[in-house]
Amino acid sequence: MTRIDKVMAGLKAAGKKGMFIYITAGVPDAATTIEAVRQAKRAGADVIELGLPFSDPMADGPVIQTASVAALKNGMTLAGALDIVREIRKFSDIPLIGMGYINNMYHYGLERFVRDFKAAGMDGVIIPDLPHEESGGMRRICAAQDFVLAEFITPGTTEPRMEQTCRDAAGFIYCVSNNGVTGVKKVDYHPIGQVCAKARKYTDTPLAVGFGIGSAEAAVEAAEEADAVIVGSAVVRCLLDHRMDDAVALIREMRQALDARYAV
Amino acid sequence: MNTKGRFGQYGGQYVPEIVMPALNELEAAYLRYKEDPDFQNQFRTLLREYAGRPTNLYYAEKLTKHYGRARIFLKREDLLHTGAHKINNALGQALLAKLMGKKRIVAETGAGQHGVASATVAALFGMECHVFMGALDVERQKLNVFRMKLLGAKVIPVTSGTGTLKDATSEAIRYWATNITDTHYIIGSAVGPHPYPTMVRDFQKIIGEEIREQIKEKTGGLPNYLVACVGGGSNAIGTFFDFRDEQSVRKFGVEAGGRSDKVADNAKTLSGAGEPGILHGAFSYLLQTPDGQVVEAYSISAGLDYPGVGPEHSYFKDAGIVRYVSVTDQEALDAFQRLSKIEGIIPALESSHALAYLETLMPETKPEESVVVCLSGRGDKDVAMVARALGEDIEL
Repeated sequence: MTRIDKVMAGLKAAGKKGMFIYITAGVPDAATTIEAVRQAKRAGADVIELGLPFSDPMADGPVIQTASVAALKNGMTLAGALDIVREIRKFSDIPLIGMGYINNMYHYGLERFVRDFKAAGMDGVIIPDLPHEESGGMRRICAAQDFVLAEFITPGTTEPRMEQTCRDAAGFIYCVSNNGVTGVKKVDYHPIGQVCAKARKYTDTPLAVGFGIGSAEAAVEAAEEADAVIVGSAVVRCLLDHRMDDAVALIREMRQALDARYAV
Repeated sequence: MNTKGRFGQYGGQYVPEIVMPALNELEAAYLRYKEDPDFQNQFRTLLREYAGRPTNLYYAEKLTKHYGRARIFLKREDLLHTGAHKINNALGQALLAKLMGKKRIVAETGAGQHGVASATVAALFGMECHVFMGALDVERQKLNVFRMKLLGAKVIPVTSGTGTLKDATSEAIRYWATNITDTHYIIGSAVGPHPYPTMVRDFQKIIGEEIREQIKEKTGGLPNYLVACVGGGSNAIGTFFDFRDEQSVRKFGVEAGGRSDKVADNAKTLSGAGEPGILHGAFSYLLQTPDGQVVEAYSISAGLDYPGVGPEHSYFKDAGIVRYVSVTDQEALDAFQRLSKIEGIIPALESSHALAYLETLMPETKPEESVVVCLSGRGDKDVAMVARALGEDIEL
């Protein structure tokens, strides 16, 4: 059982919705990233997604693009991200999921990537440009090391495809809203909600909805059919602007709103 | 490994899940219409009546005399409507998009040639058109930006990342992902996720098919050498594909050597420092740092400064089917002027790279042999740039 399985099971038992907070490694620097994780946890984050910056983040909107460029300019690398993970593990057991693009990992070596990040204390990875068709090799490597590789569903995922995705899922399923790319935006969460409801037929794996969530109101809406919400750009925007307090306040506000609406 | 859309180990579909249904839909439609005589008929008619195919295979007698070796033939893609081979692909994809019921076209562009071709076909088919273009290129290529606007397209400057072609491509993919149901993405080269590299090649392979027929009429046999420039590689794949199994035909893909061999000073993906990697949905050679970050490519020619390359070229490289070489900015500039003066043809800076390689190739050839160079586009768009490089500033 990975840390993420334990946390998600705990939330379910407590009748609560989970909150995943995305933070780009190295924005504005490694020390701030580590501090942001500490504070996000305190403010109510259940899982941390650690963004591994890539030069060409195809699935990301302007904020995370800017953060990626900034992090790379500051010299962030996979080796640097490994150090951040080790530092976080010195003070916290919060589940850590990497989010990065396949080229970096391929270049580093897929087996070596999973082995090194697992050893440092990471629990899994989200690779937005590795759809189910291409993920077979990486899935086997991850499964062998009990490392989560997130599967994806979107409002356009057909039912036969969903069945296959759900069968291979571990840890959690990343449910992408119809926003297309990351970034705060007014999104109708009903289409992805309906897809979540259908996915329950095929899996008990927790469902986490992301892409677009930037307020407590949106978090509550997105969480309706899901087990957790994922918040990225809204938090990263604050960190880019050196407004850690605002990031913490937003996380706290979302935590309270989610619990007020859903906790039994 | 997914075996769909692979050229050897290269290719594939490395895209966000939200894009997969659209790729599957596109693949199904393409496979259906590819075999459909009605579609093929419409496509061939458009190529003939609208674009101006077949293009001539021109015997460049004066250029041949200049080198005094093999006979040189120029495949005149520069004479096509909108001025380059890009229209072949744009027409094919727009026709497909129309039949798929799409309302909107999205495209990326570097120098603006593919943007103009996309805007043109969107106007022809009565579709909305959004073109993503690096902010720097918007500044550098004002003429093409205005042409696109005249044709009714919306040009969106891209400032994200480094604000160049690769970022414009990422932005076009993001826009597509956000408007996936009613939009078709016309990718401009033989790059991207499956089915794009195959589909773009199929729409461009007519170049090589025509060369085969035309050279037979003129020389009675096959060409001995084929030369084409390679950025993403669509005119080159179009030129080479029909000859891929002909070992007697030696094929040269010419990349942009830029200013120097230093990192970020060239676009030598296959002939220089590129290593296999993943960008814009395909596994192919890629210019990248030791940490797997994509390196910005550079060339005087805006159509060649792409850090990736079409996956089929990566396969051709490894299999030894095509030899990939490079020429510098300066050599391309010299070739640009040489063809203008000797033959009265102003070539695109991209095509000038292929022409520049004749300096190396011609001394190895024999008078009874023949060389075909793909003159992929015309140089009108480049005159201001070339004037600047030669120290003359003209207002445009």
